[in-house]
Amino acid sequence: MADKQVIKRAKYKSSVKDPGVAGVLKMNIERFVFMPNDPKSTTKLNVEFRMIKGHKFTKEGSSKQALLNLTQDQGGNYILEFDSFADPNAIAFHAEAGRVVPDKSAPPVNNEQLSREETERRIKLLQENSELQALHKQFVYGGILTEAEFWATRKKLLDQNDSRRPKQRLALKNEMWTVKPLSDGQTNRVTFNLTPEIIHQIFAEKPAVRQAYLNFVPNKMTEKEFWTKYSRAEYLHSTKNIVAAAAEAAEDEELAVFLKRDDMLANEARRKIRRVDPTVDMEADEGDDYIHLPDHGLLQNEAKDVLDSQYEPYRRSFSQDLNQHAAVVLQGRLIDVELGDTRTVAEALIRTKKAELSDEISNRNLERKLSDRISRIAEKQIEDLQGSPDPAQSHPSDPRDYFDSQQPNALKALGDAGSGTKPLRSSVSSREAYGSLRDIVSDIRVMGLSEPIVNQEVALKVLNGLTQNISSTKLHLGNNPHESVLDRLPKVTKEELLHHWTSVQELLKHFWSSYPITTKYLYTKVTRLKDAMSQVYPKLQEIKESVQSDFRHQVSLLVHPMLQALRCCLLHTTMQMYRRDLLRRRKTNGSV
Amino acid sequence: MTPVSAKLYTDDVSLLMVLIDTNPFFWNSVKSSLPISKFLTHVLAFLNAIVLLNQLNQVVVIATGYNSCDYIFDSSTSEGQTQRAEYLLQKLEEFVNKDESLCREDSVDGPGFSLLSGSLSMALCYIQRVFRSGPLHPHPRILCLHGSPDGPGQYVAIMNSIFSAQRSMVPIDSCVIGAQHSAFLQQASYITGGVYLKPQMLDGLFQYLSTVFATDLHSRGFLQLPKPAGVDFRASCFCHKNTIDMGYICSVCLSIFCKHQKKCSTCGSVFGQAPVQDSSTPDRKRKNPMDA
Repeated sequence: MADKQVIKRAKYKSSVKDPGVAGVLKMNIERFVFMPNDPKSTTKLNVEFRMIKGHKFTKEGSSKQALLNLTQDQGGNYILEFDSFADPNAIAFHAEAGRVVPDKSAPPVNNEQLSREETERRIKLLQENSELQALHKQFVYGGILTEAEFWATRKKLLDQNDSRRPKQRLALKNEMWTVKPLSDGQTNRVTFNLTPEIIHQIFAEKPAVRQAYLNFVPNKMTEKEFWTKYSRAEYLHSTKNIVAAAAEAAEDEELAVFLKRDDMLANEARRKIRRVDPTVDMEADEGDDYIHLPDHGLLQNEAKDVLDSQYEPYRRSFSQDLNQHAAVVLQGRLIDVELGDTRTVAEALIRTKKAELSDEISNRNLERKLSDRISRIAEKQIEDLQGSPDPAQSHPSDPRDYFDSQQPNALKALGDAGSGTKPLRSSVSSREAYGSLRDIVSDIRVMGLSEPIVNQEVALKVLNGLTQNISSTKLHLGNNPHESVLDRLPKVTKEELLHHWTSVQELLKHFWSSYPITTKYLYTKVTRLKDAMSQVYPKLQEIKESVQSDFRHQVSLLVHPMLQALRCCLLHTTMQMYRRDLLRRRKTNGSV
Repeated sequence: MTPVSAKLYTDDVSLLMVLIDTNPFFWNSVKSSLPISKFLTHVLAFLNAIVLLNQLNQVVVIATGYNSCDYIFDSSTSEGQTQRAEYLLQKLEEFVNKDESLCREDSVDGPGFSLLSGSLSMALCYIQRVFRSGPLHPHPRILCLHGSPDGPGQYVAIMNSIFSAQRSMVPIDSCVIGAQHSAFLQQASYITGGVYLKPQMLDGLFQYLSTVFATDLHSRGFLQLPKPAGVDFRASCFCHKNTIDMGYICSVCLSIFCKHQKKCSTCGSVFGQAPVQDSSTPDRKRKNPMDA
């Protein structure tokens, strides 16, 4: 394994500008050797990787040459130029691997073209996860798995570490869009600036505007007209002149759409309220509120106005706006369309809303559950009022019964405390004892049996106690229920067991994933895995035999499933081989 | 025994031998917590339940007295068919009278010991008779409803009964109604594969009996029945009735002594006068409490 080398054509340079000496670079895991093509040249290199401190290379895809700069411990550095960009990566990987595991044989990277990011990511993962590193060391350096095979099962891990994650989607601004009219101060003109971003926000927050836009544009009015109208309505709102707003609305029905309270919003609010757990006591919560002011202390000018009912629909409270804005921001960006086209934005929003609604319809049973819960809670409350069912407490008139019911507990405690001593020491004359026994028996004969035999509460308690007892003795072998078997084993054995467990898992994963064997490659892989497994097998047996007799049973219980799984694999391969042999023999026979 | 056609005997037909502790001194000591009237109520209901479970089920009750033991009920006899409880109670009363007449002591300290070894032997004898009745017989098991403390004097007899039950594959179930655990019954149930249970709430005795002990042997294979957390395997020495970890064992009868003896008090074997190291003397042997 140690003589596994990578040979690359490269140029050695003393500096970046230097034209360089062409030659051949040979690498194995311990060192790299540069032999110049010109045998007379003195620039021979023979450097151990462990001397290399770091490496830099030119970015892939740039127009520059593919350069690799290896920094030495003592401060010197080697600059190598390559023909292709894949080469320096392979070397860098070598260099890193040489540092991470300096005394191990080379990973067979020769037929792989790793991008630099990929390599770095893998190295980082190995450095962070010691368990993974141990596995990597065992299988990849041991030649059981190739680098690609090892990482193929860990795609997820690699993806997680991917620094180039898909760009995070931008949420809506957490800032309320308030129309800031820009007036030049001289004319009566007020200017509004609307960007696609703002339009998106308006659509998301105000479904009525969205609906109106889809209805009016472009049949009734142009886009510009629509937004002018909308801005006008907003302006009217901002002036807080409700009466004026109502008057304007009466004149222009399109404007009225913007000025009236949003019906769709109101519907949604009602729907949401229906889903609120009614056990949440709003009234009670109010007491905990930071300020006992209406609208949570927000300044509210229009509340003071005395208004006719006809103006009612034109009122809009700031808290309503705030809540709606908060809801939209929390919901996040629901649509994934370009913000340029206003119409598509509006339609996409409608679509998402519809999907939401249909979800809700399917969630009807949720409401039913809720109502169930309410009724249950109501029952419970009534139950609470009924008082405690404990007869001993509710009937203090019969203290004897209470004492009798407590006696077994006292006896139990006594029995548990001193198991060697006899707790009941009283001299009884035999006549008395026999007499009372006989009396009781004849009493029963005359009076009959007492009813009911068992109190139902007692029966339930007994049943629960038994079930609990059975489940606890079944699950916990030892005295301490929190103690696991592994913790009681010696530390070395425990670690060894865990390591074998992970490695066996890894082997099994690769083994079974290569079935059915369709290619030559898979066949060799399975053979390699099989050999590795047959090596693990005796090791497991060894562990079993090495532990103390106290733990042997438990260890063998732990090892057994591993052995079983391995045995299954080995058996499978032998069966396969036998079958293949048989087939081949039959074929040759047939041809002969 | 009632003749039954061969087909009717399925694997869930049981012969239940119930050993009832009728030690008057024990019952006198637990008068307040578990009067015998309550105990009998629960047990009679349980016996009826067993008989109802399968029409071929057979119940035999043996009273374990202070001085004697006797069969007080057999559901296969003609008297056992009707008015079971009345019949059983009548027989029990007769038994108590008989047991009293045999009593030679005027007064007894503490709850005293009941004759468990005797009733176990009687149960095993009955079972042997059933085994010999023909190829088809109900599956027998023994249930000890025991409250009296272990009588160390009966150790050998009880252990012999246990091994005999183990040999004939008869499980001994034990339900300890006394204040203390019974090491004898723990071992009996452990060795014979029965269930050992010490109910915590004696008010619900019937519940315990019907949930744990009513299941026939065939069904037990499918059930998870209570298992004791540990079994006290320590033996009591025969000389001072102390529970010991280490002691001297008679090489003839395996009696256990805490001190070196000249003569075995159980079988009368005379131990040689040779030094202790000699192999002819009883071996000093360590009894591992958890090794079985």
